[in-house]
Amino acid sequence: MSTLAAHAPGVAGGGLSDVAASEASLRRFLHGLPGVDAVGLEARAAALGTRSIKTTAKAFAIDLAISMIDLTTLEGADTVGKVRSLCIKGKHPDPTDPDTPQVAAICVYPDMVATAKAALAGTAVQVASVATAFPAGRAALPVKLADTADAVAAGADEIDMVIDRGAFLSGRYLEVFEEIRAVRQACERGDGTAAHLKVIFETGELQTYDNVRRASWLAMLAGADFIKTSTGKVAVNATPPVTLLMLEAVRDFKAATGTQIGVKPAGGIRTTKDAMKYLVMVNETLGDDWLSPNWFRFGASSLLNDLLMQRQKLRTGRYSGPDYVTVD
Amino acid sequence: MSDVVTRLDVFKTYKLFVGGKFPRSESGRVYEVTDAKGQWLANAPLGTRKDTRDAVLAARAAVKGWSGTTAYNRGQVLYRVAEMLQGRREQFTAEVAAAEGLGAKKAAALVDQAIDRWVWYAGWTDKVSQIAGAANPVAGPFFNLSVPEPTGVVGIVAPQAGHGHSFLGLVSVLAPVIATGNTAVVAVAADAPLPALSLGEVLATSDVPGGVVNLVSGRTADLAPTLASHQDVNALDLAGAIAGEGPGAAASLEALAADTLKRVLRPAVDPSAQDWTLAPGTDRLLSFLETKTVWHPMGQ
Repeated sequence: MSTLAAHAPGVAGGGLSDVAASEASLRRFLHGLPGVDAVGLEARAAALGTRSIKTTAKAFAIDLAISMIDLTTLEGADTVGKVRSLCIKGKHPDPTDPDTPQVAAICVYPDMVATAKAALAGTAVQVASVATAFPAGRAALPVKLADTADAVAAGADEIDMVIDRGAFLSGRYLEVFEEIRAVRQACERGDGTAAHLKVIFETGELQTYDNVRRASWLAMLAGADFIKTSTGKVAVNATPPVTLLMLEAVRDFKAATGTQIGVKPAGGIRTTKDAMKYLVMVNETLGDDWLSPNWFRFGASSLLNDLLMQRQKLRTGRYSGPDYVTVD
Repeated sequence: MSDVVTRLDVFKTYKLFVGGKFPRSESGRVYEVTDAKGQWLANAPLGTRKDTRDAVLAARAAVKGWSGTTAYNRGQVLYRVAEMLQGRREQFTAEVAAAEGLGAKKAAALVDQAIDRWVWYAGWTDKVSQIAGAANPVAGPFFNLSVPEPTGVVGIVAPQAGHGHSFLGLVSVLAPVIATGNTAVVAVAADAPLPALSLGEVLATSDVPGGVVNLVSGRTADLAPTLASHQDVNALDLAGAIAGEGPGAAASLEALAADTLKRVLRPAVDPSAQDWTLAPGTDRLLSFLETKTVWHPMGQ
């Protein structure tokens, strides 16, 4: 990245510290990022999707993918009972096989955090909460911050915030930057720790790959722990090319600053095959360091059942069906 | 150059019928189908275990819609199939004649009988609950009702022998399964797949929802064990199981089916002696039903 080299002459973090000093410098930096080769990106993502992964490698990938799932329920009709049963599923994804790994987190709306936290007490499963007027992000900043602080106070370990796409698309980058900063502060618990912050771009609304690259850098500069593709609430959700682009941004950010950022594709990932394609992309773009639930997550709900069915097939030799996994 | 232009025949590419679509085999392979005398007829897709699993997925997805339609409506749809079959009578006659080595007249009689049998089963859709269900007498102020419900996804190993097996036999095993609201994955007769694959074209144009019937041609020893061991297949009709021992034979398929608690309909003792023209009775119709019994308080 030649542009970056100009900004970051070998000093970890050094050259990027003043990037957000003003609206103009931030814009200069983001628009100075190299343009995305769309055809090359899509071809690369498609090529990485053709790997054949079988037997023991498949078993490893299935278990890894299960352990990376943010098991999600974000419906208006969510009830306390539904969230509790989802938590139980997260703790014991396959009751017929105690060796099945637990999922990484349960992802719920802020008002369900306390319920999920209680249901998951004593386990390593995290509670993630969406916040900042999810999914549209159309609310005043104080409302978003209160939403976030509420979720953190209720015990959320992770916060999934949405960026203000309207501000981003109209070029008010500093506003988006400051908002992420502010939400990050709202994630602090007062005892020196803070909830992990995942920043959702809603890539389906960002129009171009260049915008996705800019949003990635913007969020990473502002202090995101994770960057996440989508809310799962619009027509176009996580796609392999967009995720690959974000993985590359994360790789370049690590090279420039030494800071490791996680990635979470969300929405539309339903089958074991899809999940494996993403894992191959992570491995080929970022390497082993990111192949852990600490650095890569899937935002999904129905994916888990497909993974469990494939797992049962590997274990028993018989093809499984939807009658042998829970409905939700 | 000769002035006479000889016309080239346009050969038909037979394809699988899965989920309402006509895919080629996932393997990309085909095998040669010959008539009773060994003359080449056509290439049929060599369906694989993967094709069978895809078909099971399609059949599972179709269960809810098909079993949820009213019995009357199912009967109308099946009758529509018979209408379409009538329109294709000549084609099926030619395919049956070639497959079983029969004269045109005898083949036509078999096709007519197959169409009549389809109509007969279409009539049964809204009558089966009268003979398989009951209002049970109980000693209390309740209603107690037993109603037959479809088993779900039924794997069918289509008949491979016996008089009329290639089409009449297929209709005789398939129609009763879907008439009661089940969906079917059929491993069609390996040596005589053409009438079955053409039946797919009829089903696709007669209001039968995609996935209700799935037709896969290929080696029975590949396809049948996949159906028998698949957990998402609820029942198995072994009419065309391979004679003798080994994969695809009735005994080994039954053992696989037992592992996953399937309902199994055994083949005839001597399948090659079976005459498919004989009146069928209601046995097959009642084989793939589950009885649901409900207690209904009368509100006293």
